[in-house]
Amino acid sequence: MQMNDLYAEIILDHSRAPHHAGLREPFDAQTHQVNPTCGDEVTLRLAVQRGDSGGLTVQDVSYDALGCSISQASVSVMTDLVIGESLTRAQQKLAAFEAMITSKGADPGDEDLLGDAVAFAGVAQYPNRVKCALLGWKAFKLAAAQAEVSAA
Amino acid sequence: MAVVAHDSPELGSTRVRADFPVLERTVRGGKPLVYLDSGATSQRPVCVLDAEQEFITDHYAAVKRGAHQLADEATEYYEGARAKVAAFVGARRPEEIIFTAGATASLNLVAYAFGNATGDAARFAVGPGDEIVVTEMEHHANLVPWQELCRRTGATLKWFGLTDDFRLDLSDISAVITPRTKVLALTGESNVLGTLPPVADLTAAAHRVGALVVLDACQSVPHRATDFAALDVDFAAFSGHKMLGPTGVGVLYGKYELLATLPPFLTGGSMIEVVYMDHSTYIAPPARFEAGTPPVTQAVALGAAVDYLTDLGMDHVEAHAMELTGLALQGLSALPGVSILGPSTTANRGPAVAFLVDGIHPHDVGQLLDDAGVAVRVGHHCAWPLHRRYGVSASSRATFGVYSTADEVAALVDAVAGAQKFFAGR
Repeated sequence: MQMNDLYAEIILDHSRAPHHAGLREPFDAQTHQVNPTCGDEVTLRLAVQRGDSGGLTVQDVSYDALGCSISQASVSVMTDLVIGESLTRAQQKLAAFEAMITSKGADPGDEDLLGDAVAFAGVAQYPNRVKCALLGWKAFKLAAAQAEVSAA
Repeated sequence: MAVVAHDSPELGSTRVRADFPVLERTVRGGKPLVYLDSGATSQRPVCVLDAEQEFITDHYAAVKRGAHQLADEATEYYEGARAKVAAFVGARRPEEIIFTAGATASLNLVAYAFGNATGDAARFAVGPGDEIVVTEMEHHANLVPWQELCRRTGATLKWFGLTDDFRLDLSDISAVITPRTKVLALTGESNVLGTLPPVADLTAAAHRVGALVVLDACQSVPHRATDFAALDVDFAAFSGHKMLGPTGVGVLYGKYELLATLPPFLTGGSMIEVVYMDHSTYIAPPARFEAGTPPVTQAVALGAAVDYLTDLGMDHVEAHAMELTGLALQGLSALPGVSILGPSTTANRGPAVAFLVDGIHPHDVGQLLDDAGVAVRVGHHCAWPLHRRYGVSASSRATFGVYSTADEVAALVDAVAGAQKFFAGR
């Protein structure tokens, strides 16, 4: 694996100018995730709304993140992928991303589902960076579960 | 100490490096391994592996029991290792050395034993109104056990803060160490900053108010001649695996007269005198603190590591480490955008060189260094409050061993410059 592949341009772009950054109101769930090995952290807020079909839709994801370029870019790419999607579809993307990242390179990722997030496939080759890439997604996963409970 | 280029031809030499087979391997697509993470765990010389193998192959049995020759031999090896370690760190007698699972186990042993103290052992007891003093530069292993002891007993935790020039803030010692102080627990050398606190002076100050002193000696024992008796600390903890020895073994040193009345922490077999159905009595130290089957094989191998270090000469080991530290401080400081998290000269400092690179997170620095074959540690190095004090969440850290070379320090500096170039150019 070359460093140019691990730090793909799309990853560096997102880490330098993260999308949807900052914490916003209103929100339905807020979670905080920490990577205890390096001290990186993210606070994430999720706002949902009830769609016409009765399911929940991701209205907004906002966050305050402190961490390496992989973790910063990962949460940024994630917001692009889940905002405006149904919560169910967002959770499918999350599961696909997690599967790709923890596959040790066996799963290149489904580009139709994951879009730009397939750029993180290279991270799977570096076990010590998997937690970085998952930090924001884990925060979203917990927030989504909270939002589902409060909406039920 | 001011260290200039020191003539220590053996250390870092081809002959010494040949004792550490792992140094011959390559990483990340054929790049020579540049191992600069000895402060986290050191590599082991063949003689340590051989000692372990020879003991298991020819002499292994349960120690201190069994009516057979093998048991006698195993006991002799185990106690022989204790005597070697005792001489190596300036204990007055081998019984002042307790083998544990590691330094973390040693520090928890002391903290729990204090918490168990009643009756004859009342001098160790802590409770509401008592104070335990630590420092803001402690490794979590010498901080969290004391937080927990305070939580269990109602004692109060206090600490020496840090100055902007990376030293302990000793501007008002008498406000921190007071007649209420029961324990002073501090590191002999910061595993991040490299800073050496004035252990002997602080120990004297603690003793003046009747407090006990617990030293975390993990970072200093591997590369500096140690004399706990001369330092006058009451207890000290260190690990085998940072001093060319195996994992799974550590040491708690304690003044014998204190160990003689200190209550046990772990209880069970091997530490009892007489057992009744409703109570038991305990044997003398060190066995009182070695319940269960001790890490015999690891202790024997640690004895071999002590022999190896003694043969190299601890004065040479220290001079070599500080020579490399000087080169690293110089080389890294010379790079624009790189700053040292710690004293920038070798004065009153040990060989841990933590650094920050402007605009590049330590995890990303470590990744690029790894790609160049350079192994460093990144993160908070189990010293989160220290990093918070300096307004950062993490740092990169290079540490050196007896096998490290000036060329490896140069490779580190080149790789850091390469990381800067990589992120600037894309």
